[in-house]
Amino acid sequence: MLHLILFLAFGAVCVAGAVNLLAQRHPINSALSLVVVMGALAGEYLLLGAEFLGAIQVIVYAGAIMVVFVFVIMLLNAGEEERTKGSRVALLFGVPGMLTGSLLIAWVLMHSGMGSIEVGALPGPPKAIARLLFHDFLLPFEVTSVLVLIAIMGAVVLAARPEAAQPKQEEEN
Amino acid sequence: MVPLSYYLVLSGILFACGVTGFLIKRNLITIFMSIELMLNGVNLSFVAFAAHWQKLSGQVFVFFVMVVAAAEAAVGLAIIISVFRTRQTLNVDQVNLLKL
Repeated sequence: MLHLILFLAFGAVCVAGAVNLLAQRHPINSALSLVVVMGALAGEYLLLGAEFLGAIQVIVYAGAIMVVFVFVIMLLNAGEEERTKGSRVALLFGVPGMLTGSLLIAWVLMHSGMGSIEVGALPGPPKAIARLLFHDFLLPFEVTSVLVLIAIMGAVVLAARPEAAQPKQEEEN
Repeated sequence: MVPLSYYLVLSGILFACGVTGFLIKRNLITIFMSIELMLNGVNLSFVAFAAHWQKLSGQVFVFFVMVVAAAEAAVGLAIIISVFRTRQTLNVDQVNLLKL
């Protein structure tokens, strides 16, 4: 019973944050509500027993990635976004269609009888995760390390100022 | 005891919010955040299925998704910075040419 209450509480915070992300006009407010969503998702992971993932979610997602987002928003001095007119066809057909489809999918999921999950159903301690990561998933792990290296270099190249890339000799002349 | 379907419905709601934000938002950075929201929704269903099938591989996959999301955020934000530098705007309606 407590599990269900905690699930619903974290889920409500998640959905409220996600809807707030859509409703806010200023990017910094959207970024902060995304932090709330990620923090609540870390709670859901803890309920499922994935303690390592919960910690990583807070440290990497809510910490590092969102700090980069907020940093870029402040760097570019992003203001409120302009309101644009939406298309009427999307409003007339898209919204009812999406509602019908999602309700249908939710109904099917609810009645599929897939069983339920106990609290902490599958503990994911760092030791077990590391054994999988460095044994069964060693090749994907190495590939992602190369991916991150390339991403770092790409970010540096893309974000560098064009004049900074040129040699310094021209300034002296 | 929470049914697996509750977790899946929550993850679907998060994903749908991400898709909606991607479609209706006009700010480049907010669109990018909507993509992160979609990734988070998928991660939740990964963890829920990992608990359902009692396989730790699902949690390891979430780990990989996070790494790819971090790389994507770094490159994407660098692209946003260079787009802003050439066009002085973050509105996607005004970024309609690949070339300057």
